[in-house]
Amino acid sequence: MSTNTAYYIPHKANWPVIGTAGLVTMLAGFANYLNGSSIGPALMVIGLLIFITMLIGWFTLQATESETGMYNHEVGISYRHGMMWFIFSEIVFFAVFFGTLWYTRNLSVHWLSEGATKELLWPSFEAAWPTNGPGKVGGNFEPMGAWGLPFLNTLILLTSGVTCTWAHHGLLAKNRDQLIKGLIATVALGFLFVAFQAFEYHEAYTEMGLTLGSGVYGSTFFMLTGFHGFHVCVGAIILSVVLFRSVKGHFKPENHFAFEAAAWYWHFVDVVWLGLFIFVYLL
Amino acid sequence: MSAVVDEHDHHADDHHDHGPAKGLLRWVITTNHKDIGTLYLLFALAMFFVGGAMAMVIRAELFEPGLQFVDPAFFNSMTTMHALVMVFGAVMPAFVGLANWQIPLMIGAADMALPRMNNMSFWMLVAGVLLLASTLFMEGGAPNGGWTLYPPLVLQPITVGKALPFAIFSVHLLGISSIMGAINIIATIFNMRAPSMKMMDMPLFVWTWLITAFLLIAVMPVFAGAVTMLLTDKFFHTSFFNAAGGGDPVLYEHIFWFFGHPEVYIMILPTFGVASTIIPVFARKPLFGYASMVWATGSIAFLSFIVWAHHMFTVGLPLAGELYFMYATMIIAVPTGVKVFNWTATMWKGAMTFETPMLFSIAFVVLFTMGGFTGLMMSIAPADFQYHDTYFIVAHFHYTLVPASVFILMAAGYFWLPKWTGHMYNEKIGQLHFWISVVSVNVLFFPQHFLGLAGMPRRIPDYAVQFADWNMISSVGGFIFGASQLLFLYIVIDTIRGGTGEKVSDEVWEDAAKHSLEWTLPSPLPYHTWTTPPSVVPTEHVLDSH
Repeated sequence: MSTNTAYYIPHKANWPVIGTAGLVTMLAGFANYLNGSSIGPALMVIGLLIFITMLIGWFTLQATESETGMYNHEVGISYRHGMMWFIFSEIVFFAVFFGTLWYTRNLSVHWLSEGATKELLWPSFEAAWPTNGPGKVGGNFEPMGAWGLPFLNTLILLTSGVTCTWAHHGLLAKNRDQLIKGLIATVALGFLFVAFQAFEYHEAYTEMGLTLGSGVYGSTFFMLTGFHGFHVCVGAIILSVVLFRSVKGHFKPENHFAFEAAAWYWHFVDVVWLGLFIFVYLL
Repeated sequence: MSAVVDEHDHHADDHHDHGPAKGLLRWVITTNHKDIGTLYLLFALAMFFVGGAMAMVIRAELFEPGLQFVDPAFFNSMTTMHALVMVFGAVMPAFVGLANWQIPLMIGAADMALPRMNNMSFWMLVAGVLLLASTLFMEGGAPNGGWTLYPPLVLQPITVGKALPFAIFSVHLLGISSIMGAINIIATIFNMRAPSMKMMDMPLFVWTWLITAFLLIAVMPVFAGAVTMLLTDKFFHTSFFNAAGGGDPVLYEHIFWFFGHPEVYIMILPTFGVASTIIPVFARKPLFGYASMVWATGSIAFLSFIVWAHHMFTVGLPLAGELYFMYATMIIAVPTGVKVFNWTATMWKGAMTFETPMLFSIAFVVLFTMGGFTGLMMSIAPADFQYHDTYFIVAHFHYTLVPASVFILMAAGYFWLPKWTGHMYNEKIGQLHFWISVVSVNVLFFPQHFLGLAGMPRRIPDYAVQFADWNMISSVGGFIFGASQLLFLYIVIDTIRGGTGEKVSDEVWEDAAKHSLEWTLPSPLPYHTWTTPPSVVPTEHVLDSH
C-alpha cells in the first residue's frame, strides 16, 4: 500500500508539451511526405525521436513516483478510469472498420449489382465476397484463407492471454519468478504473432496479388489486420516495459496499476483478433 | 479524501509558496485546472474571432450578387474553415475550458483527476488547430470541400491541393485532445467528488458534461476512422469510398454523421447545463424538475446515436430508412421540450432580475427553441427534400449554435468572471452588448430562412438576383453582430484588469451559494481550492427531486 493518504497533484508537467511537439512534428512530416515534399521523412524521424524521448521520460517519472509511494488508492482509481475509457475509445475505432466491412459486404456490394447501377454502369458485375468491385481495382487476387497462419496466430494470441494471466497470478502470489517468466512468454508470443503476420503480408503481396489496393476486399482486409497488428506491437512494447520494471523489482500485490493496464490492453487486442478471425478470415 | 499539491521541485530548495510559478513558462507546464481552464477559454475566444473574421468574408461576398471580393475557391475555403474553426477551435474548447474551471469547484475537488493529461489535451488542441490553420498558407489553399469532407469531392485535386493530409492529421490531433479531455472529466466526476455529494446532488452543469464526455469518447474515434479512410483512399489506393472497387461514397456520409450528430449535441448539452445553472440563480428559485433534466439529457444523448441519417435524406436511402430516421428524429423533441418547459417553469413566479447573464440565458431559451422548431421541420423527410442544402439549414443550425451555444458561453463569462477574477464587469456595457447582439443575430440569421425556402443553395459565392434583398439584410446584421462582439472582448479584458473597481462578495450573485459550491469560496478564487473537500453540499438546485 502506498504511504500517502492524500491525492497527489503534480504542480507542473514538462512532458505533455514535449510529447505534443513530437507528435505534431511527426504528423506534419508525414503530411509533407504524402505531398511529395523532400523535408517530410526527416521531420518524421525528428518527431518520432522527440516522441520516444517523451515516452521514456514520462514513464520513468510515473514509475518512480509510484514506487516511492506517492499515489494513494484514489489516484489508482483515476488511472484505472483513464485506461478503461482509453480502451473504450479504441474499441470504437475498431468498430468503425468492422462496420465498414459489414456495410460493404452486406449492403453496398449488392447495391452495385442491381437496379440502375447494373443496367447503366456495370451490367456484368455480380455481387460476391471477396470482391475488388466492378472495376476489378488492383487486378486478380487470391483471398486470404483462415486455416493456415491466421489460425496459428489465433492460437498464439490466445496462449499469450493465458501466459499474461499466469504472470498476474505470480505477481499476486509474490512469485517474482513466475511473473517474469509469464511476461517473457507473453512478449515473445506477441512478437511472434507480428512476425507471422509480416510473413502473411509478404505472401499476400508477392504470391497472391492481394494488396491494399485490391478493391474493397484488400482495403478492409489490410486496414483491419494492419491496425490490429499495430496495436499488437504497441501492446507488446507496453508489456516489455512492464517486464523491464518487473525485473527491477517494481510492483506489489496491492499496487501494480501499470501491469493491470498492460494486461487489459493485451486482452483487448486479443478480443479484437477473435473478431477479425471470424469476420475477416473465416466468414 | 484530501489532496496534496506537489509544490516543491524535488530539489534542495524547499520553498513553500502556494501560488503559480513565475514567468510565461507557467502557462506551458501548468497542471492547475484553473490555469488550463483559462488557457482553453482564451484560446477559444481567439478562435471565435478568427472564425468570425472568416464569416465576415463570407457575408461581405454575399452582400450583393456577383463576385466582388474573393474568388470562388477561396470562398469555399472560408465556409469550410469557418465551420471547422468554430466547431473544433471555439465552441468545443470553450466548454472544455468551463468544465476545467467549474467541475472541480462544483464537486469539491482539489483539481482534475489527471492533471498532467489535462495539460496535454490543451496542447494537442493547439497543435491540431495550428496544423489546420497552416493549410490557409499552402499552395491550393485550405480545404474547400465543406467541413464534412465528403468524398469523392474532397479527394479531387482541385478541392484539396496540398491541404488534405494536414486537415486529416489535424482531425486526429483534435480527436486525441477531446478524448483525453473527456476521460479526465469522467474520472474527475466519478472519483473526485466530495464524499457528501451523491450523483443526484451534482449541479446540472456537471451532469451534462459527464454525459457529453461519454459522447466524445464514443464518437471522436469514429471521425478519426472516417478521415483515415479518406487518407488511404487518396494516397494508398484503397477503395472504401470508390464504387469501382466495390466501395461506396455514401458509407462515408453514414460514418461521418454517426460522429456528426452526437457532435452537435456535444456542443449543446453543456449549453443546457450552463443555462440550468444560471436561470435558477436569477429567478431565485430552485431549478424546476432537476431529475427530469438529468434524464432528458441522458435521453437526448442516447437518441443522438440513432438519428444520424436525417442528414442524408436526399442521398437515396431505402424508404424504410427514411421513415425510421424521420420518426426517431422527431422523438428528440420530447426530452428537449422537457428542458424548455423546465426552464420556463423555473422562471415562473420567480423573483427575477435581468443582469447580463440572465438576459443571455433567456434569449437562449427563446432562440434555441426557434432553432429546435426548424429542426423539427427538417426532420420531416419529404419536406427535407426542399430544405436540403439550402440556406434554411444554414439558418437552422446557426440558430442552435450562435444564439444558443455562443450566447450561453457569453452568459457563462458574465456569470463566472466576477467569481474567477474578483472583479465586477461593467453591467451597462454588458447589457449594451446583449441588446446589440440579440437584435443583430436575428437580422443576420432570420432572413436566411426565407432565402432557403425560396431555394438559395448553401456554399455558393454568387446567387440569382431574386435573393439579393434578404442577403443584403443578412450581411448588415452579420457586420453589426461581428462588430458588437468586440464589446465582449473589451469587457473580458476590462474585467480581468479590475472591471468597475467594485469588490465582489464571495457569493457575487444574491443567494448563489445556495445553488452551487463555488460561491462558498472566496472571490477571487485562490490558486488552489478544496484541498480539503467540503463537508456539506448545497442542495437548492435539487430541492424538488428530494
